[in-house]
Amino acid sequence: MPVESVFPRLEALLPHVQKPIQYVGGELNSTVKDWDACDVRWALMYPDAYEVGLPNQGVMILYEVLNEREGVLAERTYSVWPDLEALMREHGVPQFTVDAHRPVKAFDLFGLSFSTELGYTNMLAALDLAGIPLESKDRGLDDPIVLAGGHAAFNPEPIADFLDCAVIGDGEQAVLDMTEIVRAWKAEGRPGGRDEVLLRLAKTGGVYVPRFYDVEYLPDGRIGRVVPNRPGVPWRVSKHTVMDLDEWPYPKQPLVPLAETVHERMSVEIFRGCTRGCRFCQAGMITRPVRERSITGIGEMVDRGLKATGFEEVGLLSLSSADHSEIADVTKGLADRYAEDKIGLSLPSTRVDAFNIDLANELSRNGRRSGLTFAPEGGSERIRKVINKMVSEEDLINTVATAYGNGWRQVKLYFMCGLPTETDEDVLQIGEMAKNVIAKGREVTGGNDIRCTVSIGGFVPKPHTPFQWAPQLSAEDTDARLAKLRDSIRHDRKFGKNIGFRYHDGKPGIVEGLLSRGDRRIGAVIRAVYDDGGRFDGWREHFSYDRWMACADKGLAGTGVDVDWYTTRERGYEEVLPWDHLDSGLDKDWLWEDWQDALEEVEVEDCRWTPCFDCGVCPQMDTHIQIGPTGKKLLPLTVVKS
Amino acid sequence: MQRIRLRYTKRGRLRFTSHRDFQRAFERALRRSAVPMAYSAGFTPHPKVSYANAAPTGVASEAEYLEIGLAEARDPEELRAQLDESLPPGLDIVDAVEVRTANFVERLEASEWQLRLAGVDRDEAARAVAAFLAEEAVEVQRTTKNGVRVFDARGAVSALQVLPSQVGDGNDTGTERADDVRPGSPCAILRLVVRHATPAVRPDDVLSGLRATADLAPPVPAEVTRLAQGPLDEETGTVTDPLALDRAAAPAGR
Repeated sequence: MPVESVFPRLEALLPHVQKPIQYVGGELNSTVKDWDACDVRWALMYPDAYEVGLPNQGVMILYEVLNEREGVLAERTYSVWPDLEALMREHGVPQFTVDAHRPVKAFDLFGLSFSTELGYTNMLAALDLAGIPLESKDRGLDDPIVLAGGHAAFNPEPIADFLDCAVIGDGEQAVLDMTEIVRAWKAEGRPGGRDEVLLRLAKTGGVYVPRFYDVEYLPDGRIGRVVPNRPGVPWRVSKHTVMDLDEWPYPKQPLVPLAETVHERMSVEIFRGCTRGCRFCQAGMITRPVRERSITGIGEMVDRGLKATGFEEVGLLSLSSADHSEIADVTKGLADRYAEDKIGLSLPSTRVDAFNIDLANELSRNGRRSGLTFAPEGGSERIRKVINKMVSEEDLINTVATAYGNGWRQVKLYFMCGLPTETDEDVLQIGEMAKNVIAKGREVTGGNDIRCTVSIGGFVPKPHTPFQWAPQLSAEDTDARLAKLRDSIRHDRKFGKNIGFRYHDGKPGIVEGLLSRGDRRIGAVIRAVYDDGGRFDGWREHFSYDRWMACADKGLAGTGVDVDWYTTRERGYEEVLPWDHLDSGLDKDWLWEDWQDALEEVEVEDCRWTPCFDCGVCPQMDTHIQIGPTGKKLLPLTVVKS
Repeated sequence: MQRIRLRYTKRGRLRFTSHRDFQRAFERALRRSAVPMAYSAGFTPHPKVSYANAAPTGVASEAEYLEIGLAEARDPEELRAQLDESLPPGLDIVDAVEVRTANFVERLEASEWQLRLAGVDRDEAARAVAAFLAEEAVEVQRTTKNGVRVFDARGAVSALQVLPSQVGDGNDTGTERADDVRPGSPCAILRLVVRHATPAVRPDDVLSGLRATADLAPPVPAEVTRLAQGPLDEETGTVTDPLALDRAAAPAGR
């Protein structure tokens, strides 16, 4: 069946929309393969605007991994803004890929990567524009298999009705395995229809097919059990773990967009996983164990990537980059190697305690010296014990003092509000910490030109973490607590003017909480919000709390449960959680013990440096921690003059 | 420091590239092809690139210009080929000369545009053009960031004519617009020469003027291409090559 480009029809609409370049494709290092020469075709989507979606590493990696395979094709699609959506509906232009502008409906698989739950309404918009039935049960043989991945897929239950399947964990090998299953099924003439291919996928134990499970509820609204409804479907679905990162040096040829995007740099993931054990952090829990990319592997990726892209900045990504066993050699080696080329280095997610100022100085050597950012997360020593973020105020102040002594003038501190057991006093301590930072800065530099910005996000309890049982703080209480902190900072005559205060109101967090810990009954709410025009919920100007609440009332009518039940209610040990049948490797009893430890303010060390705490991941998944040091150095590359 | 002037294009679908987008893409191409750029002094050194008169987003162009400063001398033609290779097809570097004359931007006196009006009958377009040219001044308005501005779109127009219809119309710049080459569907093509003045009069302002004077309302957005910019020969109404002086000043053998 020939598949035609929708571009001629799209092109006529582009003069009428904002930033048309985001819809035309043609990015450097993008790939357009011959449709008819491929027998398995993937459409990959990051369900947000192009400017956010394009730099996403997950999509970029899978795009390359799939396109490298003979006979396999992958193209990308992103959410279109409401201005283009309206025109596409008016002129009958379907959701398209930006690579060859092919209609999404023509692909075999439609994979969406969810970093956050706030992309759910955008998924429905894309399905609808593509002409694919919104619900799995209504799809036919020629519709793509709709699947979700990414961190939010660790609890896919709220979107279970809309998905054909979900995959949790690392996608590199998983998409290739799925490709082979789909290829075989197609080659056999698609026997048994959609159900058959989904059953084959489900039987691997690594692909979750929601419709093969029935959810039974108790009279009080809690889940009774989740049961496979046909033979061969496993009780629990496992996450995927790629063990040797050096075997997967992707992206090799990162995409370079013409349009401006949120991250414009050559990103290299220097390790995956985190064992710090911060109890609020879903990413740290579900990506265990730690697997480092070797220093030489990093060096090769950076070199190849810079040549392929022309980016002027290298980002060393991970959940806690300063924890790489050879981070000092990596940063020094890269700074030496690219000193002539004015390449800047950035290290997102650095911990206060692991941070040393030599590292910061190394990073800023070839580029600008902006501010330093630290994330103590909790204002008081007590709350930091609860969340297991083992940073003492003394550590922070000492680090900051060295930074100021080295010429840095601006420090940014990240915190959360609404953590379990938190009181007003814990949050007010955030202001005290900022004041102490400025006081120390003035002391070290002898000047008053010191700034500290405090940035606060609302805490949302997440599945597969020790806080999955915790009550979420209501929007009203969050706002009240932050107002008290704001007043105490503003009214401080000595330091108030030097403290910047950034925070979000508590409402979006409640919607995120509803979607994070929701079950299948939330599907009706998402559908109602979409039908009412909800899109781009991660964008302040598009998000509507009132719409979500009104639709929740409607969607949950008759269920006996409501938004509070999902968000501010504390769960008990015996409760069946909606995601219990998705196996992240973490032992539920270990998570519970860690939750109890949190309530008793007991800390747990990093298992990278200390003995195992039996979280369950390594034995369960047959994996192990993989770290250096390798002892190798990153030498400057010899420049061959042409 | 050696300076080189380049002519580049925005063709086909890449006409939707904004000027800012082009700047980023170009500076990355410089890095990828390891051009020995001269950098500005200061805290955050920038490669020395200056751009002249960028065409609006959505408008194609065969004649955009920029100038770069190099730390080491390079052969202009080799540099052109190298940069062109490094840019996506559609953003093409088509000419390069070493700078030997000053006041380049002043030399860009006028632009020649082609406006392709699909769905507009040729005779209807000709009537509108005649009506427009008959006026001394044609007031149009444009919405800018600072509100609505009203100005004259007629004074700066040096030439405006409807081109004779032609098969394939010579405007195939790599776009896959198969639908409007249909035989029998009307399509008028205008040639427009506009002097660069303040406020700048753009092709869409002239289209607004045609609408104001003769109710000409194309059913689909006009496809606009800048064909040339440079010195204006008032006698013939043609725009000539702004790089000619640099070329003429080059020592023999180059």
